[in-house]
Amino acid sequence: MNTNVETFKYDNRIVRAFAIATVIWGIVGMSVGLLAAVQLFFPDANLNLQFITFGRIRPLHTNAVIFAFVGNGMFMGIYYSLQRLCKARLFSDFISWFHFWGWQTIIVAAAITLPIGFTTSKEYAELEWPIKIAIAVVWVAFTVNLIGTILKRREKHMYVAIWFYLATALTVAVLHITNSMTMPAGWFKSYSMYAGVQDALVQWWYGHNAVAFFLTTPYLGLMYYFLPKAANRPIFSYRLSIIHFWALIFLYIWAGPHHLLYTALPDWAQSLGMVFSLMLIAPSWGGMLNGLLTLRGAWDKVRQDPVLKFMVVAVTAYGMATLEGPVMAIKTVNSLSHYTDWTIAHAHSGALGWNGFLTFSMLYYLFPRLYRTNLWSTKLANYHFWIGLLGMMFYVISIYVAGITEGLMWKQFTKDGFLQYPNFLETIVQVVPMFRLRAIGGTLYLLGTFMMAYNLYRTAKAGQFEPDTEAQAAPLEKTSAVVHGKLSWHRLLEGKPLLFTVLSLVAVLIGGIVEIIPMYLIKQNVPTIASVHPYTPLEVLGRDLYIREGCLGCHSQMIRPFRSETERYGEYSKAGEFVYDHPFLWGSERKGPDLAREGGKYPDAWHYNHMDDPRATSPGSIMPRYSWLLTQQLDTTSLPSRLAALRRVGVPYPAGYENGPAQKDLQAQAEKVVADLKLGSITAEPDREIIALIAYLQRLGTDIKSAPAAITSAAK
Amino acid sequence: MNVVVVLILASLVVALLFLAAFIWAVRSGQYEDTLTPSLRVLGEDAALKKTIVISETKSKNQ
Repeated sequence: MNTNVETFKYDNRIVRAFAIATVIWGIVGMSVGLLAAVQLFFPDANLNLQFITFGRIRPLHTNAVIFAFVGNGMFMGIYYSLQRLCKARLFSDFISWFHFWGWQTIIVAAAITLPIGFTTSKEYAELEWPIKIAIAVVWVAFTVNLIGTILKRREKHMYVAIWFYLATALTVAVLHITNSMTMPAGWFKSYSMYAGVQDALVQWWYGHNAVAFFLTTPYLGLMYYFLPKAANRPIFSYRLSIIHFWALIFLYIWAGPHHLLYTALPDWAQSLGMVFSLMLIAPSWGGMLNGLLTLRGAWDKVRQDPVLKFMVVAVTAYGMATLEGPVMAIKTVNSLSHYTDWTIAHAHSGALGWNGFLTFSMLYYLFPRLYRTNLWSTKLANYHFWIGLLGMMFYVISIYVAGITEGLMWKQFTKDGFLQYPNFLETIVQVVPMFRLRAIGGTLYLLGTFMMAYNLYRTAKAGQFEPDTEAQAAPLEKTSAVVHGKLSWHRLLEGKPLLFTVLSLVAVLIGGIVEIIPMYLIKQNVPTIASVHPYTPLEVLGRDLYIREGCLGCHSQMIRPFRSETERYGEYSKAGEFVYDHPFLWGSERKGPDLAREGGKYPDAWHYNHMDDPRATSPGSIMPRYSWLLTQQLDTTSLPSRLAALRRVGVPYPAGYENGPAQKDLQAQAEKVVADLKLGSITAEPDREIIALIAYLQRLGTDIKSAPAAITSAAK
Repeated sequence: MNVVVVLILASLVVALLFLAAFIWAVRSGQYEDTLTPSLRVLGEDAALKKTIVISETKSKNQ
């Protein structure tokens, strides 16, 4: 036995910094969400300002609550528990603070660039490439700090929570790099290296695993630490927690394609995603039961302690969301649920219940301990619990009703075989009351968060902050590394001072492989369709406006092969139609109709009037006005760099096209649109943004209409 | 659909790293004892409280 006991100090300052950031960004992110929710029944809530219009603030809301609120909450909880589980101070104070300020800078950069309209359009990965690089750097810093702390730990056994943290750090790095392969076209514009169906697959492999490894695994680790601590009893089964961890991480990474069921993705990939999704129920429910059963015999504590109350709801929500997720991944269920608000209800039962409530419970647990005092008001925390729970119920139940209503109405045929609700608008007007209820739920939830902020502030005021907590432990015995007479791998790793060099080399290698391979993929073997051509220069700029305004937040561009969809929108979408789509714009929800076959459906003048005031052409529409598109001048100076970037990722524009011919083509097409608008007695300047957007919308889905003979031959 | 190869490779890299970690964890005896770790987590605060109590009684005695 080593009697050489060391005294050291846990860093509480960094935990407090992340805790404060969690509260502030939580309020910001939820407020932006509420603003977006209100616009769904009161479109003028954007005050006719482009910067706060739904399409632009929807990604701001998702990024803020995921990466700012949950992200900071995760770092807070990890840095607090990691030190105590490892019986060691964090690896490096410098890295801790670099991590903290780096992360906050990224959040601020996101809050500035997303409203301006700088976005890649890929969900939960919207930030443009300079910020993506910053995320990678800060994430590596976090990983080094995590692994460094684990290596200098004074406790031989790595508690299960640490494994969850490790899985998070490693996997998020790989996901982020793989999905961020973009070709810059200027400082805040880039095009995905992947096109169409390939881009979709990478994006949802990322999107799914971002939920898995950013919102789930770190929080499970935190649950395994904070739940036993708060209940003051050991986890129900430590053995089960170990099985939970290994089963979960081996299954999770393969389930991504369930986001693309019935799309143009190959069928085998869809089925694979579905099967792995169903298998996930087992470890997820094992984990949930493990959490809940920990409280057996301690339910009297739950009655009194708001920390435990929040935890019980969080763990229950985890169980509900992880049962619902696999059910939604069943193709039959998905055919109804996809593109509807059901998906949003599912996401929010996880976000509000699991992540939100677990974050609140950690904050209520940590503040009194960091400030060496009691919580200022247990009563206020209880009010927060009930008002938060009520808000959550209002939110998810109304949106479940909305989602199922939408799905059923979209699919409903009359007995004569016609669509019962051929006008999409009818189905949206039907659920607008549910959108109102949802906003009430969101308001209640936000109100609860404000109550918590005040409670925590008063707690901090009443107590005295302890910047460092002193602790004592013996260092690990060196001999313990020799197992069964030979050196273990761990000992070998630990002993090498060059470990980090090796680790970073591995990281660079992964990055390199992943970077090089896409270059070989550009000549992909998606069945090509002879009549599908690259977008014209005006259409490219129009498409970029479509991305800037976040149109895909409400409009999908993917008609699934169901009669209800082909009747409503036209021929179903083929993989070969998207070979020049960098990035893909399939979307994931329909608050408005699908646009995959929008081209030629309406005259140019209709689009012009509709963009100016959607309610003038479609009474009752919830689409915002885009009147600024009519007045703002189209920026054509960036055209050469954009076309060049697109050529570099594989779009066959002829060499030198962007220097001269492209501008001429652009002008000619703009004049054509202007002439067409004149037919609808609209006088428009050819250099306005609306012209480019109309050109793009009129192109959508028309390629295969122009040469039907070519499709049939190419599809075979 | 060549991109599937990239995703499978990237997923395999992650999965193999985890497999190596799993083998290491089992071999190095991380999971020999599945009871005390769950109890040890609870301990540290108790120790902390004791030191606080001791320091408090000390200050009272002074």
